[in-house]
Amino acid sequence: MDLVVDLSVVLFAIGVVGALVRRNVIVILMSVELMLNAVNLAFVAFSRMHGNNDGHVFVLIVITVAAAEVAVGLGIVISLFRNRDTVNVDDVSLLKW
Amino acid sequence: MLNEGVHTSELLRLIPLFPLAAAVFHGVMIGLLRRPLPRAGVIAVSCGAVLLSFGVAILALGELLSYPVESRVLVDDLYTWVGAGRFVAEASLLFDPLSAVMSLVVTGVGALIHVYSIGYMDDDERDDKGFQRFFCYLNLFMFSMLMLVLGDNLLVLFLGWEGVGLCSYLLIGFWYGDEWNAYCGSKAFIVNRIGDFGFLVGIFVLFAALAQVGHPTVEFREIQTAIGLLADRTVAMPWGGEWKLLTLVGVCFFVGACGKSAQIPLYVWLPDAMAGPTPVSALIHAATMVTAGVYMVCRMSFLYAAAPGASAVVAWTGALTALVAATIAVAQTDIKKVLAYSTVSQLGYMFVAAGCGGYSAAIFHLGTHAFFKALLFLGSGAVILAMHHEQDTDKMGGLARYIPKTHRVFGVGVLAISGFPLLSGFFSKDEILLSAFAAEQIPGHLWLYGIGLGTAVLTAFYMFRVHFRTFYGECRAPAELRSHIHEPANTVMYPLYVLAALSVVAGLLSPPQLWGDLLGIARSNSLHHFLEPALSRGAVHTVEHSVEWLLVALAVSAFVVGAGLAWWMYVRSPEIPGRIRERAAGLYRAVANKYWVDELYDTVLVHPLVAVSDRVLYRGIDAAGIDGVVNGSAAAVRALAARGLKYAQTGLTQSYLFFMIVGALAMLGWMLRSS
Amino acid sequence: MSIQLALFYFFAAVAVGSALAMVLNLRNTVASAMSLVITMVSLAAVYVLMDAFLVGALQIMVYGGAIVVLFVFVVMLLNLRQDDFPPPRQRFVKALGTLLVLFALGKLVAAVPGALPEAVARLPEGFGGYRDVGTALFTRFLLPFEATSLLLLAALVGAVVLAKRRLD
Repeated sequence: MDLVVDLSVVLFAIGVVGALVRRNVIVILMSVELMLNAVNLAFVAFSRMHGNNDGHVFVLIVITVAAAEVAVGLGIVISLFRNRDTVNVDDVSLLKW
Repeated sequence: MLNEGVHTSELLRLIPLFPLAAAVFHGVMIGLLRRPLPRAGVIAVSCGAVLLSFGVAILALGELLSYPVESRVLVDDLYTWVGAGRFVAEASLLFDPLSAVMSLVVTGVGALIHVYSIGYMDDDERDDKGFQRFFCYLNLFMFSMLMLVLGDNLLVLFLGWEGVGLCSYLLIGFWYGDEWNAYCGSKAFIVNRIGDFGFLVGIFVLFAALAQVGHPTVEFREIQTAIGLLADRTVAMPWGGEWKLLTLVGVCFFVGACGKSAQIPLYVWLPDAMAGPTPVSALIHAATMVTAGVYMVCRMSFLYAAAPGASAVVAWTGALTALVAATIAVAQTDIKKVLAYSTVSQLGYMFVAAGCGGYSAAIFHLGTHAFFKALLFLGSGAVILAMHHEQDTDKMGGLARYIPKTHRVFGVGVLAISGFPLLSGFFSKDEILLSAFAAEQIPGHLWLYGIGLGTAVLTAFYMFRVHFRTFYGECRAPAELRSHIHEPANTVMYPLYVLAALSVVAGLLSPPQLWGDLLGIARSNSLHHFLEPALSRGAVHTVEHSVEWLLVALAVSAFVVGAGLAWWMYVRSPEIPGRIRERAAGLYRAVANKYWVDELYDTVLVHPLVAVSDRVLYRGIDAAGIDGVVNGSAAAVRALAARGLKYAQTGLTQSYLFFMIVGALAMLGWMLRSS
Repeated sequence: MSIQLALFYFFAAVAVGSALAMVLNLRNTVASAMSLVITMVSLAAVYVLMDAFLVGALQIMVYGGAIVVLFVFVVMLLNLRQDDFPPPRQRFVKALGTLLVLFALGKLVAAVPGALPEAVARLPEGFGGYRDVGTALFTRFLLPFEATSLLLLAALVGAVVLAKRRLD
């Protein structure tokens, strides 16, 4: 069981670094998905630990939310691309001081 | 609260209530609704209110007289004003012989002056709002003054005290478009405040001491019963030495009286208060507000009787003020200024009496002075109106031909104040001089008597001087003005007639026992006997009848000397004043410039204070310090943001993500810190 | 080593490997997406190993079958090539962030052993199955369920609005 949680932490860390380092917006979104998956794994692990189904329900909800988020996020990416012709996140810095 | 021998009466609250309601009504009309009333309405409301008050006061007097002498006290409890532990102060009204006399004088003379103002202020070309505003302030003043004299405890009295100060300011500066008038109003208020400070200190000291002996109260009757417990207490003064507690309290209260009643050193506001309309001068600065100090001393007569040191201070201050003011009045040319200094002088007389234990004599003179001084002021107002707002007697003269009725009533006032035999002023002044003569407990009381007598000479002199200069001789007014001089309207003249009548007969209603014995009337001194239950006995030493007659003779001769000198100098040989002015130029200048007291105060007190206030407090502490801190802190935040914080807004998603990660890790670390 | 543990190690390794591949792949975005799919599937396998059957099935169906498909659609739509991107900005910040995360990772991994309570010895009947999970979802967790449906509505509307062409 410890190993599962370790796995979850590792995957999460990879996701964070990915979101931090990569410049391609789509890859960043994918890293976020990875983070969510890591969290799901942790939920399932704990649920297994307690012998309770509650964690599974949360996983379902997280998956739903992730799906919704991806839909909207990709919609934003498409809009962004249409207007700026780039998916480089460094190029969208109009909120700079 | 003391309730034996005390009767309740719900009438009392009506006396101050009517003027208050009128004032509030006017205030709402002008201030809130901005719809001024036509003049007739204003008159009906305001004069009606005061007349109603006067009527109720008479009814209350009737009720008072229906009780036996020992229980002539009416009380009206309105509500509990302060309730703090053991200390309870009610808002309640007291109607005993002293407040009865005071409230009758206030409402009576007040009503006459309200009627007079109809004609006087009507001359004002301003719109109706000014007219209504004037009466609003007058009514408010009546309310405050009535609260002052009807108050059952020091708090209610102080409420009225402050209220009349406020109304004085409002009314002196009534024509506020002229900056000088506003300045005079402020001066009156500020000098009053100085006195009020002394008064407050006295109240606090008294209350603290009373609380220590187990009677935390501000009610007059309760203080009176408990005052004996404080007879031996002393207070250490910051400059070393010890004073009797009661003397300290008496002196502090008297400081307040000096402010309100214009005695040395706080009299300087009264002559400048003449900048207000003449009815204001008559009402506030002759008959009522300035007498508040005298009333207060008499109300606290039990305290002054137990504190001979304070009484001596009162008497001597009064005497010196009377003399100095009289000397200044001798050289003034503005008719109202002469009357102002005369008021200061006469108030000094009242304090002499109060200090010497003749409290009823002081009240007697208060009443008669209200009559003839109001008469004189209102008469001078009539002269001023006739002269189209010219107040300088240098430009008058020979007016007896043009305004004979005014001349006659004014003459009655002059005779009364100078002590013409059998007029009211004669009797009341005599009583004062008698009490001074008999006050062996006051050091140097014979000197007091001498000063009083000398001042009487001066009083007769300057009053006749002003009378002659205004009405006799040749008219020095410019020609085109002369044709317009006429008697004022009837609403102006009728109150004058009433006051003239009162000035003549008021004394005959309560002549000293000396005269009563002459005519075989027992207890002729009716006012004195009426007031007796309310006032302390004082240390009264009786004087032999023969000596009394001698004093009367001296008083009459004072009148003759003063009036005769004035007649000789201003009617018979008018070149004399000019010659005296040349010969004694220095003395003349000193007197005409009122001994430069205002200038002295200005340099020593006013300018330094204003300079400190401006440079240190305003520019230094307020503008530079406090504003600096406030504005500075805002500027500092702005600088911080502009120079530091804004660089965090990179616009780059991933740097924001970085900060989020750092934050999240920090929180995580904090939450897991124990493990 | 039981068969379960071995299988777990295998799938865990696959998951980590493909995750790294996804993040570190600099050439091809579609390849990243594919790596993501592999990660999802191996995670599903791990779920099944832990008796979370419904969840595992849904993981494959929703994540692998819908979400990643969406990603690939978008990549294809935008016709992205790996052009020469300009040099990365904020290199210091990124490096620092990475180090921090790795540091935290290390601490967490070190903290895990012994921090967790013992696993339950016997699992209840029907654990992880559709019936039990479904019952829980519709009874005890009804409110989150309904809230999630609202969320989906919002996402739906948002996506439509974003994808519309401008009405010129």
